[in-house]
Amino acid sequence: MLGRFLARRLAMLVASLLVASFIIFAAVYAAPGNPISALSGGRALPASAVAILEQRYHLNEPFFVQYWYWLSNALHGNLGISITLRENVSSLIASRIWTTAGLVAYASVLIVIFGIGLGILSGLRRGIADTGTLVVTAISAAIPGFVAAIVLILLFAVELGWFPALGNGTGFVSNLRHFTLPAVALAISSLAIVARVTRASVRTESEREHVQTAVSRGIPARQLIRRHVLRNAAIPITTITGITIASLIALDAVIETAFSLNGLGAYLVQAAESKDLAVVQGISLVLVTAFVVVNLIVDLLYAVLDPRVTLGSRAQ
Amino acid sequence: MTGAGQAAPPAEARPPGAGRLLEVERLTVRLRVEGVRRAVLRDVSLAIAPGEAVGLVGESGSGKSMTARAIGRLLPDGAQAEGTIRFHGQDVAALSGSDLRRYRSQVALIFQDPRAHTNPVRRIGDFMTEALRTNLGVPPGEAARRAVDMLAQVGIDDGARRLRQYPHQLSGGLLQRVMIATALLTEPRLLLADEPTTALDVTTQAEVMAILDELRRELHLGMLFITHDLELAAAICDRTAVMYAGQIVEVRSSAMLHSDPLHPYTAALAGARPDISRTAARLRAIPGRPLSAFEAPDDQCAFAPRCAHAQDACWEAAPDLVELDGGVSRCRRAATLRGRLAAGPEAAEPETAEPEAADA
Amino acid sequence: MSTAALMPDQAGTTWRERLRGPGGRGVLGRLQSTGPAGIASACVIAVATFAAVFGTLLAPYNPVLANLSLAWVGPTGGHLLGYDVEGRDVLSRLLAGAPTSMLGPLAVVVLSMTAGTLLAIAAAWRRGAVDAVISSGLDIVFAFPGILLAVLATAVFGAGLPAATIALSIAYTPYVARVLRGAALKERSQAYVAALEVQGVSAPRICLRHIVPNMLPLIIAQATIMFGWAMVDLAAISFLGLGVQPPSPNWGVMISENQAGIMQGYPLPALTAGICIVVVVVAFNVLGERLLAEAGQ
Repeated sequence: MLGRFLARRLAMLVASLLVASFIIFAAVYAAPGNPISALSGGRALPASAVAILEQRYHLNEPFFVQYWYWLSNALHGNLGISITLRENVSSLIASRIWTTAGLVAYASVLIVIFGIGLGILSGLRRGIADTGTLVVTAISAAIPGFVAAIVLILLFAVELGWFPALGNGTGFVSNLRHFTLPAVALAISSLAIVARVTRASVRTESEREHVQTAVSRGIPARQLIRRHVLRNAAIPITTITGITIASLIALDAVIETAFSLNGLGAYLVQAAESKDLAVVQGISLVLVTAFVVVNLIVDLLYAVLDPRVTLGSRAQ
Repeated sequence: MTGAGQAAPPAEARPPGAGRLLEVERLTVRLRVEGVRRAVLRDVSLAIAPGEAVGLVGESGSGKSMTARAIGRLLPDGAQAEGTIRFHGQDVAALSGSDLRRYRSQVALIFQDPRAHTNPVRRIGDFMTEALRTNLGVPPGEAARRAVDMLAQVGIDDGARRLRQYPHQLSGGLLQRVMIATALLTEPRLLLADEPTTALDVTTQAEVMAILDELRRELHLGMLFITHDLELAAAICDRTAVMYAGQIVEVRSSAMLHSDPLHPYTAALAGARPDISRTAARLRAIPGRPLSAFEAPDDQCAFAPRCAHAQDACWEAAPDLVELDGGVSRCRRAATLRGRLAAGPEAAEPETAEPEAADA
Repeated sequence: MSTAALMPDQAGTTWRERLRGPGGRGVLGRLQSTGPAGIASACVIAVATFAAVFGTLLAPYNPVLANLSLAWVGPTGGHLLGYDVEGRDVLSRLLAGAPTSMLGPLAVVVLSMTAGTLLAIAAAWRRGAVDAVISSGLDIVFAFPGILLAVLATAVFGAGLPAATIALSIAYTPYVARVLRGAALKERSQAYVAALEVQGVSAPRICLRHIVPNMLPLIIAQATIMFGWAMVDLAAISFLGLGVQPPSPNWGVMISENQAGIMQGYPLPALTAGICIVVVVVAFNVLGERLLAEAGQ
């Protein structure tokens, strides 16, 4: 039955990607003017360039045939040419993808360790630490990444000088230093949300009746918390953590811009401003795919953690 | 409570014979209800002998579940308890650590809603054997074997398969049998069954009840059987206690409870049940609504507002427990009303003289 | 659920009475039951709304006129917060920036809540195949995170508030529809709906005059929370340069413009804009969460 569940989710994933890629592709046509002007970003092109574009994008063929060509090209790694830099979009993406991936991974680690950790601590205890956590997370959850960015730059880079303010750095350790403030800025509001949901879930689970059953049978407290509270709370905690990590994929464009990092997000924004449509399409496709895949992983984890999902309703 | 004359609960609240399994003496429990500390149990005393089944009957809010929780040391945080609970002579409240764990394996609780009381993400086998493996050090293979044997005893034959399943894959009736089997695995001496069949449908109720009763007798276990159904308690328990507003109002051998109740509330409960063999012009209900312990005044009889036999004295001071004919009643008019309560409220005639105090 | 709704279609009840919903407590009564945090948040929101409506009039100095000789000058005289990167009075720019910072999210909320409610009601009313199609469709569209869709839209249609606003509305709709669908299904299966159907009341009428009003507490709570999110997203888009365009005042734009000041020792312009955003968003979040807890009853 896990197999059937998996098959369904994969089908949804493929459908999502098809629809998303279609939207991305159709953007060229949604733009005012004709596809040529959209692809060129409104720039004047010599006739030879126009002919090349027409041929590459199969502009004289029916709409869906064009989509097919575009999609199959994309699946083979050919995402077109940047009109501004005159290079393969794929190689432009490849050179920047590790910055984005690294940043998102760094922020995810922070969210998992501190968000869930804080949530569990304040969920299991009462009193001042708990109220304090609630207040701090309420405020942090509302801090957008770019506001966090400027505050962090002000405090830690300008005033205290502990971390560099901008740029990627070279070499692993230097990268780590350069990525710390951006990762924190990226993680802060998501961390707060994860902490709040974790705390609420831990509270709810510890008040469930089956916990009382275990108490009545003399199960020691440590084991009780581990096997009956945290294990059960893991379901909603994993879901919210997965969702917030997926949302990092979109948010990192803002952070990369704020910290002048050379990643996919910043490049996407630049391309959007300079109307380099092929690049925008290429990066959008990559990011949407990552987003959908992360969501799929969340669904799978949920199914693994909660036997009620895959095993269906009761047998006799 | 103005019972100045009694230092110990009346003799008949205790079972005949020595060797008490469980003794509850003057248990009073207070909880914070909406910020104010209120009594949910008042001066509750009862005792259970080894192998004896005692029923605890009452409406919602009467305090019967709270009594079981107090005995099982499952009171909520912030609860204040007075009085003593003794198990095999040991003070339960003073237990801690491994002594407490041993106590818990000796006193097993069976809860009302089996689905709410089982962890949905753990398998049945894990649920059943957890206490065995953790507290009694039984190796997993041996524990599983015992679980399968116990499942057979409660009428579940494909035990090995069931152990691998999850709670949501079993029906309510099956799950409650699993609960019972699990409770018996640690070889307890006392069962605290809190309305074990209320959440089940009627046909399943009968089956589960039969299994519970049979196993209890077979293993010679003591049981405190909590229910709102007077007939059910009378059917499987040797003695029955009736609670109202957080207090015990009557304790009587089950056989006598119907034919010769000692408290107007008991009589009213018995009389309120529709009888299939008679025609009745209208159903007899007890006027008013049941009081919770913290709503009940302690300077008068708590049941007086709803009682058909209440007289002036009933409103002036709270009654103590009186012994009468092998039972116990918290009614000042118990001796006078004796014998007339079973016939219904119309049978009691208004008295002009003051009722005499009951003799032992 | 209002017990009055068990009676046949009441021609006499007014929208105001429906707005009161179950318990008939009215708007102020509901606000009171959200507690001190809820009331404080509502006050902050009221102040922000006031600034949004009258901001441009309240600004003491010209928010748009640049005067580079005054760039980065700190708080002096009548300029409480000093000057920004182009020598404009920061306070005036904050006040003048309130309208765009608040109206954009308002549009997003109105659009996505309307579309989401319609979809949720359609799915809940028809149930069966229609529901399955709508739900699957929503799950699929859900694949597009708001900011990404907005960036794509601005690349195609040009940078500016309209493109970003519409893109965000489209991105938020599936979430709204999912949340409301559950509540709509619950309402749909209530006895009073069946009673109305039997009397021959038309489906649109039942939905609009009975089901939606009973869902209003949840809708309002959700809208409040979404306002906070939309504000953050739109400010981010403006920060990226794809939303409101400089020199138009806007809190997100102000942070982007004055970011250099942070590193040169003039943090005030960017910081104050950031604080404005955070304070208003916190207020919406807190109030929204309280309203959501209320609506859960």
